[in-house]
Amino acid sequence: MGVTLSVLSLIVLIPLSAVAIKAAELSPSEFWAVAFSERAMAAYRLTFGAAFVAAVVNGVFGVLTAWVLVRYEFPGKTLVNALVDLPFALPTAVAGIALATLYAPNGWIGQFLTPLGVKAAYNAVGVVIALTFIGLPFVVRTIEPVLRDAADDVEEAAASLGANRIDTILRVILPALAPAWLTGFALAFARGVGEYGSVIFIAGNMPYKSEIAPLLIIIQLEQFEYARAATIAVVMLAVSFTMLLVINAIQAWSRRFD
Amino acid sequence: MTISIRSVDKKFGRYPALNKVDLEIADGELLALLGPSGSGKTTLLRTIAGLEFPDAGQVLFHGQDVTFASAAARRVGFVFQQYALFKHMTVAKNIAFGLDVRKGKDKPSKIEIEKRVDELLKLVELDGLGKRYPSQLSGGQRQRVALSRALAVQPSVLLLDEPFGALDATVRKSLRKELRRVHDATGVTTIFVTHDQEEALELADRVAILNKGQIEQVGTPDQVHDQPQTAFVCGFVGEANSFEGQVAGGQFTAGALRLPAAGVRDGAATAYVRPHDFVLDETGFEVRVERAHVQGPLTAVSAATLDGHPLEISASRAEAALFQGAVKIAARKTHVYAV
Repeated sequence: MGVTLSVLSLIVLIPLSAVAIKAAELSPSEFWAVAFSERAMAAYRLTFGAAFVAAVVNGVFGVLTAWVLVRYEFPGKTLVNALVDLPFALPTAVAGIALATLYAPNGWIGQFLTPLGVKAAYNAVGVVIALTFIGLPFVVRTIEPVLRDAADDVEEAAASLGANRIDTILRVILPALAPAWLTGFALAFARGVGEYGSVIFIAGNMPYKSEIAPLLIIIQLEQFEYARAATIAVVMLAVSFTMLLVINAIQAWSRRFD
Repeated sequence: MTISIRSVDKKFGRYPALNKVDLEIADGELLALLGPSGSGKTTLLRTIAGLEFPDAGQVLFHGQDVTFASAAARRVGFVFQQYALFKHMTVAKNIAFGLDVRKGKDKPSKIEIEKRVDELLKLVELDGLGKRYPSQLSGGQRQRVALSRALAVQPSVLLLDEPFGALDATVRKSLRKELRRVHDATGVTTIFVTHDQEEALELADRVAILNKGQIEQVGTPDQVHDQPQTAFVCGFVGEANSFEGQVAGGQFTAGALRLPAAGVRDGAATAYVRPHDFVLDETGFEVRVERAHVQGPLTAVSAATLDGHPLEISASRAEAALFQGAVKIAARKTHVYAV
């Protein structure tokens, strides 16, 4: 307990309070003006919105991926398994540049999307794509062990009681996965909110449109406006913390049967 | 519900789990499938359940071929060794599951389901625990939930796979009685798998003994214990001293030991004698008594023949007092099987 607290203080709490202290250099009205300027608000909306959408997308496809990895044997499975972890290991800038090249209007994938009227890079869609890429392994890797541990006999029990396959999946398997799923979702979401490297290459970074909050902080830093940067950081901190608390509460509720 | 199993074969890869198995189960019977691990008993149970399908042969329910029907279509209630409860549902929801997933007009009303759940909770003496989650119950309670969940759908046959295997000895004893009581109360044909011969003999109307994918003997507990038809059954059910020797002219010989073996063909043979079938007898063979210890109302005597083959003898206290030093004993009953 003592060790945990000291490490947590040194690594997490003290740096975070330094951010708050730095932000306090501004007067309340200045703080308000910086924190909730129109540009900052647009950035928050994009950051949290895109992270949420990406986490939802990962929530669906992450479960499917984990399911396939646990339940099926196929050639090249080891390779696919390693691929899932790639977003963990790849420098995020590399991912960003690769995605931007692919989804740009003249890119491999982008050239087919453009005639359909879909623009998948240099806007909010691009941000979502990058965050989806970054977040996928979080969902897959949290679901996988739980799915692997789920015993076959539970499914057989459901079948012997007359449940069809869909009932069994919807009422027996997925509800049992819920706590792990929420954990994976929260991790992917949190990662998405904090992501910087991959997003700036594909986002286009137009103020009010495709500028994420972390980038706004960097811009302030480059202009030596440390207090303003800290102000935006404090807002993000508050929102992230609140959201994670809410997710934790939902998680605790979904674990009521453990 | 009568069940007929007709020359059922089942292989896992190249390993034959069931080999030409025939078995008839009478309506309302409580039957034990007894055997060591790997004997095919669980495979046979799962084949009856429709969780496993045979490579050859037939399974008939009430004369109707259900060999390839699903578990749900056969209306079997299956109880798993590890309970297999739905851990995210309350006890009541678990029990109601089989009724709850029914569709359309087959689905009972909410009130009917509640009533049925209450009845079942009472039947297995868990009233008042309906709102708990499985994780809040003991192993014995979980197994009772699994039992009532299986009974909720009014199965035509109740199948239990090593139902007491994961429980400690005391709970196991009380649950055995409970299963017998539930069986008698519902009258549903029941088949359970066990490797514990004591459990099979105590609980079942009839016992089917399996070995290496084949049925060695089917009979009442008395029959399989007192008149074992094969060497395997004799060695597996009840305790027995075994001797490897030769039969010649109706007499079994293994070193200094001689036993009657009427009707067994000459040649190599295995003889079994139950510990309580050895008695003091001046005309018998000589053994040296090594140790005696209390075993409930009886005394267990460890002895050895003159050429060193160990023997276990079980005798009453008064009789055991006479087992001192070198004594002569004979077997009042033997089971000799040609090898």
